[in-house]
Amino acid sequence: MINLKNVSISFNGKPVIKDINLDVEQGETMVIIGPSGSGKSTLIRLMIGLIKPDGGEVWIDGQEISQVNEDKLNDLRRSMGMVFQYSALFDSMTVGENVAFGLRQHTKMNDQEIARVVRRKLKMVGLSGQENKMPNELSGGMKKRVSLARATALNPRIILYDEPTAGLDPLMSATISRLISSTRRILKVTSVVVTHDMASAFWVADRIAMIYDGQIIACGTVSEIKESSDQLVQKFINGMSSPGQAAKRRAKI
Amino acid sequence: MVVRLLEKIGHNVISGLENGGKVIRLSTDAVVQLRHKPNWNHVLQQMVHLGVDSLPIVMLTMLFTGMVLTVQTAHEFIRYGAQASVGGVVFIAMGRELAPVLTAVVIAGRVGAAITAEIGSMKVTEQIDALKVMATNPVAYLVVPRLISCIVMLPILGIFANVIGTVGGYLVATSYSGISSFSYLHSIKLFAVITDVTGGLIKTMVFGAIVAIIGCYKGLNTAQGAEGVGRATTGSVVTSMILIFISNYFLSLMLYR
Repeated sequence: MINLKNVSISFNGKPVIKDINLDVEQGETMVIIGPSGSGKSTLIRLMIGLIKPDGGEVWIDGQEISQVNEDKLNDLRRSMGMVFQYSALFDSMTVGENVAFGLRQHTKMNDQEIARVVRRKLKMVGLSGQENKMPNELSGGMKKRVSLARATALNPRIILYDEPTAGLDPLMSATISRLISSTRRILKVTSVVVTHDMASAFWVADRIAMIYDGQIIACGTVSEIKESSDQLVQKFINGMSSPGQAAKRRAKI
Repeated sequence: MVVRLLEKIGHNVISGLENGGKVIRLSTDAVVQLRHKPNWNHVLQQMVHLGVDSLPIVMLTMLFTGMVLTVQTAHEFIRYGAQASVGGVVFIAMGRELAPVLTAVVIAGRVGAAITAEIGSMKVTEQIDALKVMATNPVAYLVVPRLISCIVMLPILGIFANVIGTVGGYLVATSYSGISSFSYLHSIKLFAVITDVTGGLIKTMVFGAIVAIIGCYKGLNTAQGAEGVGRATTGSVVTSMILIFISNYFLSLMLYR
């Protein structure tokens, strides 16, 4: 469904993604973990064509997207949805208008049909009756859920999540993780989730890939990752960092 | 010292050329996107927001410009016994230069800044990326309606500017400078030709395109958060005004030689 082949990209001469290969199967939820600045978000932006790789190929649903023109890319994007790290809701529109945006742009549905779909999608994310609120009236968790409702409005086959639980309390993080799982179950979508929230990663993942310094250093099922012998993977999933200078000095004393 | 200065000049020239190229590319993209039917509701909203809402400030500016122009010209013309020409001079100056340029300057400050701030804050909050992800071309969705609105609304504002500027001049000429109503109006009839007005309106269309394209370009290329939005907004107003003054010179040469 999603295949990255020898993908590389640099920003201002600094390599961010280095010769990465990754395959995501149809209907699978692939979670990409890794420390901040390791290239996770860049990877997800490559998958939806927001940036083009310097080298390699990005295949989505059998089409190589790094060489296609904007019109063909847009045809493909109609079957994809994305939940942004900071939600990226249109702040001049109401919640209902945000969810309806894709439907108004790409379908011939009338106002009543659109309103029905908006109600259904908002109900799915637990926000029934919030259509007329403005984004600035919502909490962070509510914005993420509206963003998910908007991403699923056109019933996409692929959904990409960029840090869906970042900045949320543990209860809301669990709610979002549950929604990612239920969205996958209901819509049968292929999902790619970028996160460094391990609780959420273990909850939603079929497979986990760990990216470190622009390279994938481990990829496997949840249990394979948990049992990985790689020290970097173990440190990351168990939340351990290398001891700092002060700790080393104390150890010597 | 000299090398550093030359490096800085070279850097500024290259970056200026690069930006110029990008502006031309955005303009071309906007024209290409016209092949799709624009969202006319969106265009009308922009016309109200960018055009109708600007009418009071444009009229106020032009009323006082017409008045002060008449105070200055009438005073000198009366000294040389040419008071019968005041109306014509005010009307021609308004139609050819003052109404188009001052209207465009006011719109660059009000509308250009608003366009850049709105699109710029959308850029830094990933809303532009959200548009792309939802298979919506940001040029078609954001730039085209603003471009059409500015090109249509600026000439309309220009007509109002002409009328109110000339009326301002009339009020001062008849009530303060002692020029008769007949003399003022007759001199307009005597000196002015239709191209004084149509040429000015052609200018306002070009200025409208400049304000819209520069406003959108600066917004779409905003970087670095709230500070970046502020910098882009200032840059938008300054660049639009410079381009308005430069293009006005060449348009005047083309239209009135």
